[in-house]
Amino acid sequence: MTGNVLLQIENLHATVEGREVLRGVDLVVRTGEVHAIMGPNGSGKSTLAQVLGGHPAYTVTAGSIRYEGKDLLALKPEERAREGLFLAFQYPVAIRGITNAYFLRSAVNAIRKHRGEEELGPVEFMDALEEKLKLIGWDDSYLNRPVNDGFSGGEKKRNEILQLAVLEPKLAILDETDSGLDIDAVKTVAQTVEKLRRPDNATVLVTHYYRILTHIQPDIVHVLSAGRIVKSGGKELALELEERGYDWTREPAPVA
Amino acid sequence: MTSIEAQVLQPYKYGFVTDIEADVVPPGLSEDVIRLISAKKGEPAWMLEWRLKAYRNWLKMAEPHWSNVTYGPIDYQAISYYAAPKQRPALESLEQVDPKLLETFAKLGIPIEERKRLAGVAVDAVFDSVSVATTFRETLAKQGIIFCAISEAIREHPELVQQYLGSVVPYNDNFFAALNSAVFTDGSFAYIPKGVRCPLELSTYFRINASSTGQFERTLIIADAGSYVSYLEGCSAPVRDENQLHAAVVELVALDAATIKYSTIQNWYPGDEAGRGGIYNFVTKRGACRGQNSKISWTQVETGSAITWKYPGCILQGDNSIGEFYSVAVTNQRQQADTGTKMIHMGKNTRSTIVSKGISAGHGQNTYRGLVKILKGAEHARNYSQCDSMLIGDQCGAHTFPYIDVRNSTAIMEHEASTSKIGEDQIFYAKQRGLSAEDAVSMIVNGFCKEVFKELPMEFAVEAQRLLGISLEGSVG
Repeated sequence: MTGNVLLQIENLHATVEGREVLRGVDLVVRTGEVHAIMGPNGSGKSTLAQVLGGHPAYTVTAGSIRYEGKDLLALKPEERAREGLFLAFQYPVAIRGITNAYFLRSAVNAIRKHRGEEELGPVEFMDALEEKLKLIGWDDSYLNRPVNDGFSGGEKKRNEILQLAVLEPKLAILDETDSGLDIDAVKTVAQTVEKLRRPDNATVLVTHYYRILTHIQPDIVHVLSAGRIVKSGGKELALELEERGYDWTREPAPVA
Repeated sequence: MTSIEAQVLQPYKYGFVTDIEADVVPPGLSEDVIRLISAKKGEPAWMLEWRLKAYRNWLKMAEPHWSNVTYGPIDYQAISYYAAPKQRPALESLEQVDPKLLETFAKLGIPIEERKRLAGVAVDAVFDSVSVATTFRETLAKQGIIFCAISEAIREHPELVQQYLGSVVPYNDNFFAALNSAVFTDGSFAYIPKGVRCPLELSTYFRINASSTGQFERTLIIADAGSYVSYLEGCSAPVRDENQLHAAVVELVALDAATIKYSTIQNWYPGDEAGRGGIYNFVTKRGACRGQNSKISWTQVETGSAITWKYPGCILQGDNSIGEFYSVAVTNQRQQADTGTKMIHMGKNTRSTIVSKGISAGHGQNTYRGLVKILKGAEHARNYSQCDSMLIGDQCGAHTFPYIDVRNSTAIMEHEASTSKIGEDQIFYAKQRGLSAEDAVSMIVNGFCKEVFKELPMEFAVEAQRLLGISLEGSVG
């Protein structure tokens, strides 16, 4: 069973501070799929995630990204979010004085408004939030804390997953959400992602480590190296990478 | 950071001019002009004498230039010191107020007609040099509360005015206070009798309309023993190329166990992006906690004015008295603010709290200047100061000058300071969750100011948040 094409990246080139980091990425993600993008440090994994989110520090110099058939690059970051693209940050940002509950509700309402749905009041929203909290094993106390302010590294990552669970995006890009987490937390995150998996959404996991893939079943594993996807395969590819490292995947230098 | 600042600027929303015939005294300052103002106000002789005394002192004083702001010379002879709408309304009947004035205040969100009044807030509306109307006077009078224009108080309650006027800010206190004492026109007067808790928020809205004029208002609030009052002040002015001077004096007196809560939302015209025009807001505000267990709390949200120079302070005379200062000051474009507080501890067990939030955007320069002074007799005094600065963009500046003068070794002083920058990453994070750039900035800034906003009465807290959204629009894209 194959879903519809949700994301189509063709020959994507991108620079940050004048340095070319992505050098021709091709990737197709269909609904219902979970993709894992692996690769050594500096291969461009996080850049790919940031470019998909629309971070202004990254410049796309060539290639295209289509999301649900639309030109993703023509959309502002907030428009991408409202259209159902979610980026779980590698380094979530703190916002002083704004409670998690308020931030989450603002995000939910921005998306609802975009869809022409009625915005949720604080009480209705809290009701809907209860079960999402349970998913990640949190109690209410986290809702009244300022967004990521004073959170431990693990708590911040869990908070990203809470946002993911609440916003229910069509396409979730998790940028190294598993790094810096203990084994139990990795398991919680992975299980939450599995629970949120539906035939009409998709997930792209950017990760260094195999261990999260013991809890999430990826459909396709890609190896990103020097700004290009150099190998794709099934889950067994991840296992192979775990055993052999990345060196063997590197292509010989292209002949001009 | 350039992409953050790239957005088109939002114009000042209160910059309209009311087309109304005005009685304006020709520009210039002299004893004759002061006599004319005093005569127009129908003042008793003692008031005129006091004005003249202030004027003669002012002539010998020099404009202060120690603050961290820069501006060209002010020509005091080019300013008109009195401007009033021609049809002076009889105070008792709102029907006689020029509809243009009612419309002006309604447009500013301050309806003064009976049926449209804000619930729970008594308003004194001041237009240029005169008070147009004061609402809910009868309701307040039933409890013995006096709330009226100060010019009326001078005529109707001379004993109270004579006893307290200049008792906190003397006529020769500083250059601008002396100028104000000489030429002040209107402002509000409030007296809360013993043991009365004022049932309404008292509020004054100041509107500058006439061009080439200065506004010199004077406010005096006296809270007698055991009383409580919450007072709110708001202001705005038309968009003009010239700089207009606003030199106000506010005096508060809290007697035994009395509490005064004074909140300001200052939104004078800030000038344009090139720094043309805008109000010079040179203000002296001071409260005296005369009685034991008295309390004065200043909360200010300063978003307007080309230049702000003000240090609302507390003189903590009574034992166990409390002074508080909560401030948000925003400088965008070419705005400059040098603001803070003075806490003078005289009585035993006196306590003061200072929470200052400075936000700088564009080419704005924001300075916190504060003095905490613990005098010899102030056993076991305590102060807590917190000064936080937020920078938006890389062309603006934040400066902090905390002065501490402790002469009693039992004092406990705490000071915290921080500087943060709204970065692209913070904005991107909020945008990636679907929020617009404006909402993202507004959220980050409001979160930063939360400790101050929670001190505002509810009617004002909403206004303050909205205003902050407006004055920062264009600073982030």
